[in-house]
Amino acid sequence: MEALRVTYAIWLREVKLFVREPTRLVGMIGQPLLYLLIVGQGIASGLTLKGAPAGMGYMHFIYPGIIGMSVLFTSMFAAVSIIWDREFGFLKEVLVSPAPRWAVAMGKILGGATVAMMQSVILIALAPFVGVALSVPMVLELLLLCFLISCAITSLGVSIAARMRSMQGFQMIMNFLVMPMYFLSGAMFPTKDIPAWMQVLTTADPLTYGVDALRNVVWSGVWIAAPGGDPSLAEAARTSGLLRLDLSADVAVLAAIAVLLAATAAFVFSTAD
Amino acid sequence: MNDVVVVEGLGKDFGAFTAVDSVDFTVRRQEIFGFLGPNGAGKTTTINMLATLLKPTRGRAELAGHDVVRRPNAVRQAIGMVFQDASLDDRLTADENLQFHAMIYNVPAALRRERTDQVLGIVGLTERRKSLVRTFSGGMKRRLEIARGLLHHPTVLFLDEPTVGLDPQTRNAIWGHVRRLRDEVGITVFMTTHYMEEAENCDRIAVIDHGKIQALDTPAALKRLIGGDKIIVTGDEALRQDMAAKYGVSVQPVDGELHFMVDHGAEFVPRLAADFAGRIRAIGVKQPSLDDVFLHLTGRAIREEEGKGIDRMRQIGKLWRGRR
Repeated sequence: MEALRVTYAIWLREVKLFVREPTRLVGMIGQPLLYLLIVGQGIASGLTLKGAPAGMGYMHFIYPGIIGMSVLFTSMFAAVSIIWDREFGFLKEVLVSPAPRWAVAMGKILGGATVAMMQSVILIALAPFVGVALSVPMVLELLLLCFLISCAITSLGVSIAARMRSMQGFQMIMNFLVMPMYFLSGAMFPTKDIPAWMQVLTTADPLTYGVDALRNVVWSGVWIAAPGGDPSLAEAARTSGLLRLDLSADVAVLAAIAVLLAATAAFVFSTAD
Repeated sequence: MNDVVVVEGLGKDFGAFTAVDSVDFTVRRQEIFGFLGPNGAGKTTTINMLATLLKPTRGRAELAGHDVVRRPNAVRQAIGMVFQDASLDDRLTADENLQFHAMIYNVPAALRRERTDQVLGIVGLTERRKSLVRTFSGGMKRRLEIARGLLHHPTVLFLDEPTVGLDPQTRNAIWGHVRRLRDEVGITVFMTTHYMEEAENCDRIAVIDHGKIQALDTPAALKRLIGGDKIIVTGDEALRQDMAAKYGVSVQPVDGELHFMVDHGAEFVPRLAADFAGRIRAIGVKQPSLDDVFLHLTGRAIREEEGKGIDRMRQIGKLWRGRR
C-alpha cells in the first residue's frame, strides 16, 4: 500500500511536468515529424519498397515505425531524466526518504510510459494523411501498445541511467543506444533480407517487436484492391514477409521483455547508492 | 532516552582518502547541535552517514534509537533533511513539493492538508503556496526546504550549511525559524556550518577538522578554552618586550599591532594605560570569537573559499535546465 503510494507520487510528478511543459512536447514530436514528413516523403518519391504488396507505399511502411520512434525517444528521455534529477538535487529528496527504491523505479517507468502514450496521440491522429483508416478499437490498441513498448524501453533507460552521474551520459545513450535501436528495429526498412549479423541485433532489439506490433494494427486499417477479395494490408504484408510475427506473439514477447527489464531497473535502482 | 543521536568511532574512507577519521559524540533531545569546520573537514560526510546516504567504513551510529546501518528505513522516517544544495523540484509549486514529500513519507492522506498548512505557516510561505518554486528567491527556497523537512514530524532535523549563499537578513530569519522550531515544535536540530558567527547560535558545537572532532562544548565554554580576552595595543617592538616582561605574557606582533591575552580585559585596560602612559597610542579589548577558538584548536583560520564555486555550478545548472 505504501509502495503503491510512492509509485503514484512519482508517476504524478512525471505526468504533471509533461503536461506543464508544452515546449518539451513540441521538442519530442519534432524529430518523428521530420522523419515522417521529409525523410518518409523523400524516400517514398525516389525509391520503391522491395517485395511490397501492390497498393502499399513507403509511407504506409514507415508510419508505424515513426510511432515507434516517438515512443522510443519519449521513453528514453523520461528515463534519463533521472540523471537530471540527480544533477539538480531532487533525487536526493527521494533517496533519503523511506520510500522503497523499487517503487520509485516503478513510478518512473509507468510515468514515462504514460507520457509516451500521450505523446503518440499526435502521431496517431495523422493516420488519415498517410492513407490509413483507424477505428476506435484500433486507436485504443495502438495506445496500449505504445504504453507497453514504452514500459520496456523506459525500464531499459532507468537501468542504465540509475548509475550515471553526468550529462555526458545522456549523449552516450543517444548515440550508442537509441539511434541503433531505432535503425535496427526495421522502422525504416524491411529486415527480411538484411545480413545475418544485423539480423541477430534486430532480433535482440525490443523495439523490433514494438514496431511489428504497431504494423499489425495499423496495416489492418489499410484495404488494398486485390484479385479475389480485398485483404487488408496486414494480410498481404504477412504473405510477403514484411511482418515478423502476429499481434499476439508480438505482445507476448514485448510483455516478457518489459517485465524482465522492469525487474532489472528495480534491482539496479535499489542497489545504486 | 535523552540522547537522540549517538555516534561511536564513526569513520569513512573513500579509497585511500580518510574523509572522517573516527568521531564520537551524542546529541541531546531538543538541542541545537552544530558541526563547525572548514569545507572538506568531514561535516557533510558525517551527516550523510547519519542520514543513511553513505555506509560507514567503521564505527556505529544510532538515530532516535535506530542503528543507521541495520535499520535505515526507521532512521529515514525519523529525520528531516535540508541539503547543502537545493533539492526541490522548481517546476512544481511549493504545495506540490510538499504533497510529494508527504506521499513518499507515508503521511496519512487525512493529515496532509493540515500538516502542509502548518509547516508553510512556520516558515511564512503560506501566501506563496501556489507559486512555482522557480519563482522563489534563494532564501524562500531554503525556508520551503526546512518546511518540507518538518512535514513528517521527524525527531531530528538536519541542516547542512543552511545559510550558505544567503544575505545576512535572510540568514537571521532562518535562524529565527530554527530557534522557534526547537522551542515550539520541540525538535532536535543538527546543523553544519563554516560561519563562525552562526555557530554562536548553537547550544553546543563540535569543532571538526581533518575528519576529527577537536573540541565539543557550548560556545561560551569553547571561548574559555582560549583563556580570557584579547588585548590589542598599537606600539613598537620595545613596547612589546616591556609588556611581555612586566605581565609575564606572550605578546604577538600582528600587522603592526601587539596582541596578548589576559583574564579580565576590561578591568586590565586602566592598569595598562597607567603602566605605559605616553607609550601607547591605542588599546582595544576583544572578547574571543569562535574564529579564535578555531585558530587556537587547529593552528589556522577557517578558510572562506566556497561561494564562487557553488554559484558557478548553479549557473551551469540553469543553462542546462533551460535546454529541457
